[in-house]
Amino acid sequence: MSTVAVIDYGMGNLHSVAKALEHASESLQTNSRVIVTHDHDTILNADHVVLPGVGAMRDCMGEIKRLGVDSIVREVIAAGTPFLGVCIGMQALLQNSDENNGTECLGIFNGHVHSFAESFKQQSISGLKIPHMGWNQVKQSIKHPMWHKIPDNERFYFVHSYYTQPDDNEFIAATCEYGFEFCVSLAKDNIFATQFHPEKSQHAGLQLYANFLNWDGKL
Amino acid sequence: MSLAKRIIPCLDVDNARVVKGVQFVDIRDAGDPVEVARRYDLEGADELTFLDITATSDNRDTMVHVVEQVASEVFIPLTVGGGIRKVEDIRTMLNAGADKVGINSAAVFNPEFVKEAAEKFGSQCIVVAIDAKKVSKEGEPNKWEIFTHGGRKPTGIDAVEWAIKMVDYGAGEILLTSMDRDGTKIGFDLELTKAISDAVVVPVIASGGVGNLDHLVDGVKKGKADAVLAASIFHFAEYTVGEAKQHMQDAGIEVRL
Repeated sequence: MSTVAVIDYGMGNLHSVAKALEHASESLQTNSRVIVTHDHDTILNADHVVLPGVGAMRDCMGEIKRLGVDSIVREVIAAGTPFLGVCIGMQALLQNSDENNGTECLGIFNGHVHSFAESFKQQSISGLKIPHMGWNQVKQSIKHPMWHKIPDNERFYFVHSYYTQPDDNEFIAATCEYGFEFCVSLAKDNIFATQFHPEKSQHAGLQLYANFLNWDGKL
Repeated sequence: MSLAKRIIPCLDVDNARVVKGVQFVDIRDAGDPVEVARRYDLEGADELTFLDITATSDNRDTMVHVVEQVASEVFIPLTVGGGIRKVEDIRTMLNAGADKVGINSAAVFNPEFVKEAAEKFGSQCIVVAIDAKKVSKEGEPNKWEIFTHGGRKPTGIDAVEWAIKMVDYGAGEILLTSMDRDGTKIGFDLELTKAISDAVVVPVIASGGVGNLDHLVDGVKKGKADAVLAASIFHFAEYTVGEAKQHMQDAGIEVRL
């Protein structure tokens, strides 16, 4: 039986992510076992690994480091295991975030996490609410097994006040428009990440999790 | 192409049943919460809000159970409100599968609670629910006051100032209910909705008074709401969520269809 590990570092919506993965697994009949854990060996031995997360970046990175999740993530990625970062779990992959007056992140991707409030101010954009909350259209930038059976410009559920900007555009898997166009999905080798919450995005979200369970981490 | 305005059916839950009252009294039964939630999900609801209208400890356990059941099969955001008073209450609801909690009276008695909650769980899951009633007289400048205890207790607090303060304290969203309109089916208090929406940077959900689909359109266009919440028009099958969305789209509002 294959296993999917949802990394538990005490931040937020683990249950939603686990339930959505279980649901996707049932519908695929892949019979994957979903394990919510921060145990090093369990995660390293899993066939698929998800780094979820909601909340503030400083607290998230604090717990990630305290529990040694940072080195686990690096090992999983180096081992070629299909890896999915969701929301804060995507932002944490960049080098640093503007949140909480600047927070160092994992640096798996070169680039930064910026604040909508600051960017809106700089670009004189007014009238848009923050957080960016609700269903927005996701424009796919590349072909990828994770986009299987998901139409371009499908709506997914977002809730965030910060957004990622990788240095290298070739890793952008999708973008979204809110005041300006910004990156909402990253892809590189066995890593895929989404700013939106597939576990809260109804059919499209469950399809994305199903794609993840079917993905061997290769392009 | 951008962010869709949300339609949020609201399920008032009492004793494991969905109920609906008029201005918080005269309660009608509207079905089993899990079945109702399932139906709205199928119809394309963007989120669901559950309000524990009695907030007794018995009802609390029922609510946890309802949320668990719904969360295991409905994959859209779920908000739970009513009787959220302690950090532990929030944790319980989030663990059951809620994505956000609505804090109402507890915020009024202890505003620091909102700060603490936002710091612990993040602003994205803290919805401050405001029940407001118009207190200005005809001809005076508009003024709304917030009420607690299902609209029974006045507080002397100005609704617009309160909304600004709650956002300062970390609220990620405002659920705004007009006590004057709740259950009346004559439409949202659009002046109230616009006043609050203009005053805060976070999204505002308009609630209270929806009787037809044009009211939803007005809530977004005139009230500047980011989301519209309704209960009875959906519960008693006057309209489906899909019909509501189609109507909003026809009126030029971006929705998720």
